[in-house]
Amino acid sequence: MMRALEKIGFALTVLVLVSPAAMVFLWMLSLSLKTELDNTAWPPVFMPAPPVWDNFLAVFERNDFLLYTWNSVVVSFTATGLAILIGVPAGYGIAKMRATRAAMLILIARITPGLSYLIPLFLLFQWLGLTGTLTPIVVTHLVITVPIVVWVMIGFFEGLPAELEEAALVDGANIWQAFRHVAFPLARPGITVAVILSFIFSWNNFIFAMVLAGRETRTLPVAVNNMLTFEQISWGPLAAAALLVTLPVLLLTLLAQKQIIAGLTAGGVKGG
Amino acid sequence: MSGAATLPAAVAAARPRRNYARRYVWFVVPAAIVVLSVILFPWVFTLFMSAHDWKIGGGHSYVGLDNYRKLFTDDRFLWSMARTLYFTALAVVGPMVLGTIAALVFSRNFPLRGLARTVFILPMMATPVAVALVWTMMFHPQLGVLNWILTQFGLPPSMWIYDARTVIPTLVMVEVWHWTPLVMLIVLGGLASLPVDPYEAAKIDGANGWQAFRHITFPLLLPFLVVALIIRTIDALKAFDTIYVITQGGPGTSSETINIFLYLQGFAYYNMGYASAVVVVFFLIIVSLAGVLLWARNRAKDL
Repeated sequence: MMRALEKIGFALTVLVLVSPAAMVFLWMLSLSLKTELDNTAWPPVFMPAPPVWDNFLAVFERNDFLLYTWNSVVVSFTATGLAILIGVPAGYGIAKMRATRAAMLILIARITPGLSYLIPLFLLFQWLGLTGTLTPIVVTHLVITVPIVVWVMIGFFEGLPAELEEAALVDGANIWQAFRHVAFPLARPGITVAVILSFIFSWNNFIFAMVLAGRETRTLPVAVNNMLTFEQISWGPLAAAALLVTLPVLLLTLLAQKQIIAGLTAGGVKGG
Repeated sequence: MSGAATLPAAVAAARPRRNYARRYVWFVVPAAIVVLSVILFPWVFTLFMSAHDWKIGGGHSYVGLDNYRKLFTDDRFLWSMARTLYFTALAVVGPMVLGTIAALVFSRNFPLRGLARTVFILPMMATPVAVALVWTMMFHPQLGVLNWILTQFGLPPSMWIYDARTVIPTLVMVEVWHWTPLVMLIVLGGLASLPVDPYEAAKIDGANGWQAFRHITFPLLLPFLVVALIIRTIDALKAFDTIYVITQGGPGTSSETINIFLYLQGFAYYNMGYASAVVVVFFLIIVSLAGVLLWARNRAKDL
């Protein structure tokens, strides 16, 4: 009897913990699949009957949604790629040198509010005449992606056994070759974690593009926010747009749950 | 005697090792250049600007510490500071408590645990702007689903973000929803690292579940809880996206935190000098709070 009660209590706790997360996403989905009439009904209509695709069609019709999607893809991929290119060797070097002070610098980047970089960089990009291009957005996204990659990679390289590289060095390889042919292949799982996390936090970032983007260079989060503030738009298309923006990230989370958890628990990294 | 004998050997071993380590500098150089230009340059330039009256489109002139003096007599800034602390306190305690409970739950085995955990961490990975839009729709006083839920429980409807008294707790609710999973993951990592032996000993000694938690789990978990606390405090202080999208600091200025105030000064009023002073003060607040927590952590370690 006690055991049964305990089990029910535990199941209820799980339900209470998980349902807020589930409900917000299900509500987003529900809003995006209903007609405007159902979306503003009282009491609320929960199940779209029948589901309609008009809201999604409206998103693609009325906005330059494809352009903004392309912008987001370019920015996130470039910022992640550059961060891997320079961040993986940096993580390796810091781990090898046990340079704790360099690691502290990364921490400072982690605790500084994103907005504080923007004032000087905004002026700098104006002077350089770069406003209105994607370059400033990519560069500022490095503020998020580089620390994530370096942080994850330091932890990863510190965990690798040194014997294999040392064997390669004894055999006459230089340190670059030891990195390229021994440490780098071993670090692939770590690099996967770094890529996923840095891509997600770059994709999700709002503030940099909000300040720096012009009409043609908005990323998806900025475009979606503008739908709310500048147009008197109905709920259905808004929910559909919100869903489209966050869907890639949610799918990635579902697919790569293990890597994400490993990376986040290692350093508590988070962008922005 | 043996110490003296090994000393030269240690020195001899240390010297090549150090050169050996120094060769790795080149691996760090590209990242260092980026960090210096995108992270350090803004810092130096911000300090410089904060000593100027600097308007976009207009000129700029040196004003020394005037921006800082103005800041500490600016009621709007002082209120934003108070609101930030209020928001932060709530947005730290909520996720810490719920995240720890969730970690204890997810450290046990139960059917569908993997699925439940995946759903639980989704909020943390979701795009904040997208989620904030859905919350905004849910907060609608007449048509929002949240007021419908309240009425189902026989509770009076709330004005949520449309009332100065409820706006901050409401925004905290979104923040708690968003970031409880991160606390959960950190604490869950801690739970996974706990040794088994003390529990077996406690069981033999007849300790019940609560006693085992209070005297074994909690002390061993404390370092992880402090890490979660530090991360959460910093993130709560920095909260921007959801507040900006949902209320933009409103109604009036009743949810204007330092970060929102900073944004408005810099990019709505273009007072770049004044905004730079805000950045400096804001950063000092973050660093000192993080420093206090780190100090507390080191003290806890010594005990």
